[in-house]
Amino acid sequence: MAEGGRQKAERPAPSAISIQPSAVWDALTSVPDPEIPVVSITDMGMVRDVTVGDDGRVTVTFTPTFSGCPALHVIRDSIEQAVRGLGVTDVEVRSTLTPPWTTDWINDDARERLRQYGIAPPAPTGEGQLIQLDAEPTRCPRCGSLNVRMTASFGPTLCKRMYVCDTCREPFEGFKSV
Amino acid sequence: MTTTPTTHLTDTQTQALLLKLTVLADDEIILAHRNGEWTGHAPILEEDIALANIAQDELGHAGLYLSLAQTLGGSDPDRVAFWRGPDDYLNTRLVELPKGDWAFTMVRQFLYDTFEALWLEAATRSTYAPLAEVAAKAVREEKFHVQHTALWVERLALGTPESERRTRAALTELWPHAAQLFQPVEGEADLTAAGILPDLNAVHARWTDLVTRHLVDKCGLTLPDAPTTQPGRDTHTHHLAPLLEEMQSVARQHPDAEVW
Repeated sequence: MAEGGRQKAERPAPSAISIQPSAVWDALTSVPDPEIPVVSITDMGMVRDVTVGDDGRVTVTFTPTFSGCPALHVIRDSIEQAVRGLGVTDVEVRSTLTPPWTTDWINDDARERLRQYGIAPPAPTGEGQLIQLDAEPTRCPRCGSLNVRMTASFGPTLCKRMYVCDTCREPFEGFKSV
Repeated sequence: MTTTPTTHLTDTQTQALLLKLTVLADDEIILAHRNGEWTGHAPILEEDIALANIAQDELGHAGLYLSLAQTLGGSDPDRVAFWRGPDDYLNTRLVELPKGDWAFTMVRQFLYDTFEALWLEAATRSTYAPLAEVAAKAVREEKFHVQHTALWVERLALGTPESERRTRAALTELWPHAAQLFQPVEGEADLTAAGILPDLNAVHARWTDLVTRHLVDKCGLTLPDAPTTQPGRDTHTHHLAPLLEEMQSVARQHPDAEVW
């Protein structure tokens, strides 16, 4: 991959490729969520902003899904790699907490892919009931029944819960509505 | 991306806020460590995973508080966590007590989670934007902790005579320590008056109402008396030193390590 003479390109070359933000967005659609590979970080709404400076520097701003998510550095590195893959040498990856990530940002296409993968997509978040003691209703991703039981409120990752469907008898994971 | 109005902090306010952020982070770190002690030992696999998840969230919150403190002039979060001894830690005694049995762990977590959720919810309205942002992030995670531990306390209190006995014993031991969560730090009144920090008295009132409805009305437990006075957060039990010794051993053995 490395081309000869790349090392001496300290200052941006006058003819630096001018890249469009849309091309960066496109590249980021192929970066998978490290814990749920059927969806990408853009599907999840984690990428909040892409800017290309006059000097060719690409800045990508993303927001973490959960503050204690152990995959944050993986996501950061993957974003940087994807942008470098476009031939960009100057990449900055920033994270922001504002506005806080919500599952409402997961796009419809990704919700369907999650369902087919066996993960119940998150219910819409209802604001104003942050401190409530009951979990939201969830539909079985296999048979569509609402006759389900939560068997564990913390699944293999921070974002999921475990359920069993009492109609089709299948256990499944459900995305928490955040 | 959004423009929340930010109060400009005076030097005195900055010092008080640094102290408050340290206090909040210390509770999270110590409780996360106690929860981590259940890894491989919880009653069922799902609970092993749940407590590990909760501990991970609490550490995430501590990281947010300490990063905020760092931008205000505090030191590196790793140094704060791993290079202070028991004399410098400012966590409550509630979180440092040994993990005990499952009822003890769940009652403690419930008392703490309800406090944290209510405090964070109030802190989302802070006039200091960076704190409001951190609170808005963390409160969304905290609601899952509250749901989880509230259910466990109910299950244990209304379960077998043995589980009920253990739950009562846990509440009797923990209740006096929970009151410590509502001790203000030095200079906190000024920050509250400026709208930077939530009003602790108001949070305390909401907390008392919520835990009473759950523990007394729903679970049939009796609330013990809380002490009228108690020592501050710089007074610890003998349980904190060995906890820190274990938690900090790797960092102290490899002080120059950059990734571990």
